[in-house]
Amino acid sequence: MSTTTEGIALRADHLGMKYGGRRGGWALRECAFALPAGRICALVGPNGAGKSTLLALAAGLMRPTEGTLTGPGRDDLAYVAQSKPLHPRLTVADTLRMGRELNPGRWDEAGALRVVEGGGFSSDTLVHHLSGGQRTRVALALALGKRAELLLLDEPMADLDPLARHQLMGLLMSDAAERGTTVVMSSHILTELEGACDHLMLLAGGRVRLDGAVDDLLAAHTLLRGPVADLAPHTVIDSRTTGRQLTALVRREGPVEGAWETTEPSLEELLLAHLRNPEGAAA
Amino acid sequence: MVEYRIDRRGGVATYLQIVQQTKQALRMGLLEPGDRLPTAREVVEATAINPNTVLKAYRELEREGLVEARRGLGTFVRATLGTAPADSPLRGELDAWARRARAEGLDREDVAALFTAVLTQHFEGDDEA
Repeated sequence: MSTTTEGIALRADHLGMKYGGRRGGWALRECAFALPAGRICALVGPNGAGKSTLLALAAGLMRPTEGTLTGPGRDDLAYVAQSKPLHPRLTVADTLRMGRELNPGRWDEAGALRVVEGGGFSSDTLVHHLSGGQRTRVALALALGKRAELLLLDEPMADLDPLARHQLMGLLMSDAAERGTTVVMSSHILTELEGACDHLMLLAGGRVRLDGAVDDLLAAHTLLRGPVADLAPHTVIDSRTTGRQLTALVRREGPVEGAWETTEPSLEELLLAHLRNPEGAAA
Repeated sequence: MVEYRIDRRGGVATYLQIVQQTKQALRMGLLEPGDRLPTAREVVEATAINPNTVLKAYRELEREGLVEARRGLGTFVRATLGTAPADSPLRGELDAWARRARAEGLDREDVAALFTAVLTQHFEGDDEA
């Protein structure tokens, strides 16, 4: 049963999460967003930004300290934690059988098997004997086999070699193409996700700094190069001056006029600019 | 069937790479009217790019009248591009010209620069995606 508004896969309102009782710090604070269904969302941000907390809250593993996070129920989402928890004493085949038995009527055996194929291990291997990357494969197989509406993946690519990364990202994208799955995956390495994601959410210090469709975010920003001058009315995200030359990334307010060379930033340039300027204009 | 190669570092938008590679295949006669383009699912599984990027590229090709989407069946080539398939006389002449350029000691970049200059001279102002 989905409790979300039509067309929205995950919605946060005034969402806050505080660990460790009264003296603990806020891991997330005043987060608000509405992620459209069917998007492939990159959840990025520095270590400690609150990415894992947000994913665990969305998975229903914890309750927020304040505000709400609304998304599909437990049966309609799949969550792969950063530590890829699996039962160490089960074989790969037993693990997949458990997936089948826990998800009667919806389990996609062929889909799950396609994920473990190419992992270089046989299905009678104990999970305990798998490498980190192989465990990731089995965890992703369980998640994809569930045919969930929403996939929540915490650092899914971290343990994988480039070939496995490409193959598994291809399988994820293929699942999204076929079933319109919404995917939220975190990483602190953007290049892992660039090209695959059409939505970006940047967290920093527990707050949402940037959130939107990648194309819209890129189109709203401009990279300027030219003489040093006042950039108003545009919002300066990051700027550097070298001699008489100014390089700046701005969020535009109206057309850019002046003797500047302008280009649309790459996703990486956009993110780096926002990360370098953590106190600056929030999204 | 055409297979797309995505260059993530080239600075060309991914959907444009698909548009350009499809056009290139049409020009070379590797794709002909009636041929089916790979499904979005096939493309993303092989390239690990976002499905919407493939759909955006296909919409652009459809807008230009080069392909048509047939509901439930896939996207099919409608038209050819240019008149220079792989075995055309024009290609033969260009092939001979490139051979001569090389024999006269021009390297790849010299040839590319020369070719681009001539292209610009003849096609200046034409709209090219």
